[in-house]
Amino acid sequence: MMTMINASGLSSDARRERIALLGLTSPAVMVVMLVMVVPVGWLFYLSFIGSDGTVSMENYRRMLDSRSYTRIFVTTFQVSMLTTVLCILIGYPLAYFLSQLPARAANICMLAVLLPFWTSLLVRTYAWLVLLQRQGILNRWAIDIGLLDEPVQLVHNMTGTLIGMVHIMLPFLILPLYSSMKAISPDLMRASSNLGASPARAFWTIFFPLSLPGLFAGALIVFVLSLGFFVTPAVLGGGRVVMVSMQIASNIELFFNWGAASALGVVLLVLTLGILFVASRFLKLDTIVAKGH
Amino acid sequence: MKNLAFAHRVMAAVALAVPAGAVKAQESVTIASWGGAYQEAQRNALFTPGSAATGISVVEETFGGMSDVRLRVLAGAIAWDIVSSGSGSAARAAEEGLLEALDYSVIDVSDFAPGFYTDTCVGSDVFSTVLAWNTATYGDNGPQSWADFWDVERFPGTRAYRARVAGALEPALMADGVPPSEVYAVLSTPEGIERALNKIRELRPHISVWWESGAQHAQLMKDGEVDMTTGWNGRFDAAREDGAQVAYTFNQGLLDYDCFAIPRGAPNKDAAMRFLAEISKPELQANIPTYISYGPTNLAAFDLELIPDELARTLPSYPDNASVQLPVNIEWYGKFEQEAAALYQDMMTE
Repeated sequence: MMTMINASGLSSDARRERIALLGLTSPAVMVVMLVMVVPVGWLFYLSFIGSDGTVSMENYRRMLDSRSYTRIFVTTFQVSMLTTVLCILIGYPLAYFLSQLPARAANICMLAVLLPFWTSLLVRTYAWLVLLQRQGILNRWAIDIGLLDEPVQLVHNMTGTLIGMVHIMLPFLILPLYSSMKAISPDLMRASSNLGASPARAFWTIFFPLSLPGLFAGALIVFVLSLGFFVTPAVLGGGRVVMVSMQIASNIELFFNWGAASALGVVLLVLTLGILFVASRFLKLDTIVAKGH
Repeated sequence: MKNLAFAHRVMAAVALAVPAGAVKAQESVTIASWGGAYQEAQRNALFTPGSAATGISVVEETFGGMSDVRLRVLAGAIAWDIVSSGSGSAARAAEEGLLEALDYSVIDVSDFAPGFYTDTCVGSDVFSTVLAWNTATYGDNGPQSWADFWDVERFPGTRAYRARVAGALEPALMADGVPPSEVYAVLSTPEGIERALNKIRELRPHISVWWESGAQHAQLMKDGEVDMTTGWNGRFDAAREDGAQVAYTFNQGLLDYDCFAIPRGAPNKDAAMRFLAEISKPELQANIPTYISYGPTNLAAFDLELIPDELARTLPSYPDNASVQLPVNIEWYGKFEQEAAALYQDMMTE
């Protein structure tokens, strides 16, 4: 009898709590609906509207018919992959170095990572243009000291695009990676050397695996943000590195309708979700979100 | 409330006091243009004197071009009476039926350079897409024709070329030996477009930058980033004044113009027509070069001796300069631009 009364009391409490929680989350849910679900749905809808205003597959057929679209998607994923890999190669040792420094020194070095992060992306991109171009500081300096006879082309191509993008993306990798490295207790490393492991062995068997969630989280952010990049490849690519976002912009100008541009957005979204899905099979994305701080 | 009643009385008094002849002065047109230095030049050269002469007051707005006009006309919410446009996009807008026909019994275009007005858009200023080169690289022996631009043996060095199809196919055909007078006839077939694209493919290894904007090609020359480029003459003049080592030739340049159009359903169509008639007059057109280095579309402006001779000789529409150039064929752009643009994109990214 008592349990029955208790149970109904508990369940009504639980129901009340659920309603209260629903009330609390509903503003956020509505915001997500308004700024995410509705526009993406609208994007899908528009992508099936042809230039004459009727429902058609015209915008998707164009992508299959033309050689350039495949190339543009390949370039987009290539640039994003290379940016991610370069960020990992540069960012991991840097984050490790930072995590081993005493607090005061680490803060100063962290500032050096964050300062460019707070500077406008456009300003940094143009700064690279000034540094890397034919008559730029880098080429002139290399010629002056006899390192080069002729200026090398560092910008208006893939090289320049990658330099600019890696510079802009690096903080997005370092920040989550650094915080996950700081969360690894130094006691674990001490314990492993106490048990006879060499420093290298201790790093690879203890530290590295524990830092992986942070690394994956950072790499994922870098990769996904890179897919939508516009300004940096437009300025530093010299028209030779065409990414999807740039093609979206020129499609609006070219075809005077949103459908052609929407279809590109839809394909990029679907491909990105597909890649994330495949990645989640191997990398357990949920643990990244849960542990990656 | 008291103030409001007072204001009403004042307004009524003013309305009564205004003589009948000045009622016309309350007519107004809304003009949308590109803003910045360009619109400022239009204001000083055309809008302010045009308004003073006609009594039609001008409300100015800025906009993003014909795509804005399209959205508003289709939504039935057009508030602009006159819009400023590039000739090519105006031709496309006309094909779509977004523009009103202009009444050339009101607007006098008898002294206009041929081809600088269409049924729906009347020329406002003339510019040219020219071949520019770095004088530090080539000295006084710069390239003088599109054949030279393509000749990487005689003129080694890097090139920049436009990232859009407009003004990009014509030079390629001229470089391939097509006489200027036949360029658009050749381009009006798929084989002709392909021929131009193949010629650009030939030069592609030497094109180190595909430029997107006038500001960009001016900067490329200023920085010495490329040795040669195509581009708009006014930008190179500005860059040279700014210290760039750049020269250009009008030879085989593409003579092009900006124009004014009346969007379909414009609220003050009649006033707009009369206002366009006024600002197309040679007296006002002669003001343009003073404020921006573009030429008048009304050639009678050169006969008024309002433009200093030295300045006149540097303008794209100066008769000696115009005669060595190819006027851009707007009908071709209306018909083929979209198709050619897609092929051009393929050529750039393949």
